[in-house]
Amino acid sequence: MRSRAPAPSEPAQGTEPDATRGPALVAGPEPPRPRGAGRGARRKGRASAWRWLGVLPFFAYTTLFLLVPTIELIVKSFEGPKGSFSTANVSRLFSGEYLSAYATSVELSAITAAAGGLFGLFIAYGAVHGRLPAFIRPLLSTFSGVAANFAGIPLAFAFIATLGPTGVVTSLLNRAGLHIYNHGFTIFGMAGLSLTYIYFQFPLMILIISPTLEGLRAEWREAAQNLGATPAQYWRHVGLPLILPGLLGSTVLLFGNAFSAYATPYALTAGYINLVPVQIGAILQGNVTVPNPQLGDALAFGMIVIIAVAVTLYVLLQRRAARWLP
Amino acid sequence: MAALELRGVRKQFGEVVALRGLSLEVASGELVSLLGPSGCGKTTALRIIAGFEHPDGGELLVEGRDVTRIPANRRNMGMVFQAYSLFPNMTARENVEFGLKVRGQDRARRQRRADELLELVGLGGRAGRYPNELSGGQQQRVALARALAIEPAVLLLDEPLSALDAKVRLQLRQEIRDLQKRLGTTTVYVTHDQEEALSISDRVAVMSEGVLEQVGRPAEIYRDPRTPFVAEFVGTMNRLEGKLAGPTSVLVGEAGVPLTVQAGHERAPGEAVLVLIRPESIAVEEAASAAEVDSARARGSLGGRVLAFTFLGPVTRLVLDTDLGPLVADVPSIQALTYASGTLVSLRVDPAGTHLLGAG
Ligand SMILES: Nc1ncnc2c1ncn2[C@@H]1O[C@H](COP(=O)(O)OP(=O)(O)OP(=O)(O)O)[C@@H](O)[C@H]1O
Ligand SMILES: [Mg+2]
Repeated sequence: MRSRAPAPSEPAQGTEPDATRGPALVAGPEPPRPRGAGRGARRKGRASAWRWLGVLPFFAYTTLFLLVPTIELIVKSFEGPKGSFSTANVSRLFSGEYLSAYATSVELSAITAAAGGLFGLFIAYGAVHGRLPAFIRPLLSTFSGVAANFAGIPLAFAFIATLGPTGVVTSLLNRAGLHIYNHGFTIFGMAGLSLTYIYFQFPLMILIISPTLEGLRAEWREAAQNLGATPAQYWRHVGLPLILPGLLGSTVLLFGNAFSAYATPYALTAGYINLVPVQIGAILQGNVTVPNPQLGDALAFGMIVIIAVAVTLYVLLQRRAARWLP
Repeated sequence: MAALELRGVRKQFGEVVALRGLSLEVASGELVSLLGPSGCGKTTALRIIAGFEHPDGGELLVEGRDVTRIPANRRNMGMVFQAYSLFPNMTARENVEFGLKVRGQDRARRQRRADELLELVGLGGRAGRYPNELSGGQQQRVALARALAIEPAVLLLDEPLSALDAKVRLQLRQEIRDLQKRLGTTTVYVTHDQEEALSISDRVAVMSEGVLEQVGRPAEIYRDPRTPFVAEFVGTMNRLEGKLAGPTSVLVGEAGVPLTVQAGHERAPGEAVLVLIRPESIAVEEAASAAEVDSARARGSLGGRVLAFTFLGPVTRLVLDTDLGPLVADVPSIQALTYASGTLVSLRVDPAGTHLLGAG
């Protein structure tokens, strides 16, 4: 089972002599064209224009629906009620319920990214390297594909039916003498919401970390073992450093996934838990005493900043963690 | 006492029997090749020695001590894999150091040792490079240095050159052999390339379908194959079926064409035999006409015709249609310059170059 999935570290297989490898594989700048190559040269120029045509829709799309709205959003964040420049909305983010909404959102996202990520990592590792029967892998990836996208009202309903005050699992636990609702647990609280998030977080982790784990070659583990390393030493010096870039990237993705979730917390806690997307939703729907759409823009702007910080952190960490990546 | 001994080692993967009772002794400082076709169980045998697989039966002894149940990381065996086995997150030096690091050796000492070994494999100046900055041949050199760094009880190599191109392969195999001799490391070398096995081994163990066919020095294996499989697998061999008519006479084929063979075998007249002849033991002479071939026959030669020829450098390999049936013969290339497809020849088989095996 040696798949050629993008490895964290597929070493370039070169054969001697040295000159045959490396730079030749990297798409460099076009070699200088001889003068007077005439029609041939012109055709080449046109060909490169054609090459760009393929990705044109992508750029058009991202410009229209990502870049333009983002700029609009940032501009609006700094507008007062009359359209003049104002930092009033942005400064409101740093106090009261909005600051606490960011804190709760970051906390919930960090916890579920870490817990769901770890859980997903172990399952993915078991599936990839655990010598299980062949049918397990496709089964797991199908489940993950479905579960990672299972969110919103159906997911909330599923968890209420399972872990709600009269849910199936709750009653089973009650019968076993474990009354979780007497110990402060409620599906409508932070713990319940975290559990619900983890339901879509860990399958997403399985999906995105599996290629990285598949890139861990059996030879590396065996070579380490052969040289006298214990499993712990293998993980510390070889396994973990190799999957770390993938692990960091996946965790950031999971963080963002939880950070922007709206339908699930709204359906489950009816806005009882103070999260940024729920606040934005309330403003957009006009469920506030004083309508102020620019405040919604400012809140969204704050989310973009937090995600940007997370991604920057990830890039810096990855550079440090993987100087050996080609 | 043997440095390494396999006793009746068996291994099965589901329905597939990979090893059916493999027994082999390797003396201290000796290089033994496991040679055989794809799927015959060479890698399985090596992985059992390294401890990556556990045998279903039999024993493995190192210096007389049973290590069958000792886990791989405590066997002190150095393994060189086919390719891609260097840790990509470590430089060449760090790779070589790894075995010493996990043994708790202090930094200065293990770095000195790593640099020594890299020097030894000709990579002194490349200690700071990451594997993806090294060519395939350089990577295998580092892998060799890494395996040797722990001063292994046995060095194990699994087709370490098969991912390299021909020229590097030839050079590196000689370097491996020189280094192995110099350090006196007991070595098991897996390959499916008979030329490679014959050229670098003290002894060659020829395997087929999970059993050892023959173990012996390279010249012995080449000159005196004990089974039809070894005869065909090692080098090129002509193989004729016949019946023994006298101590040195075999009647070949349906037609019973007489052929003189070497004496000294223990087979009785009337017995069905296989006659094995190396291409270099057939002397070929060009004949101007069919009449000339006939007169050569009268003098005890055989007649034939060239079907095809391949230039191999110093010799040219001929495929002949002869009185004995199709034969392959090697002649000096100088002599073969005038040959064409259809050229008539007379030929003689050197009795000293024949070899008898029981048919069946
Ligand atoms: N892990 C495994 N699971 C199932 N079958 C296996 C396994 N490893 C080896 N086999 C089977 O055992 C037999 C011997 O395999 P092995 O890899 O030892 O052959 P080999 O001589 O090294 O061949 P090659 O020259 O192709 O490397 C083969 O039929 C192979 O399919
Ligand atoms: Mg093999």
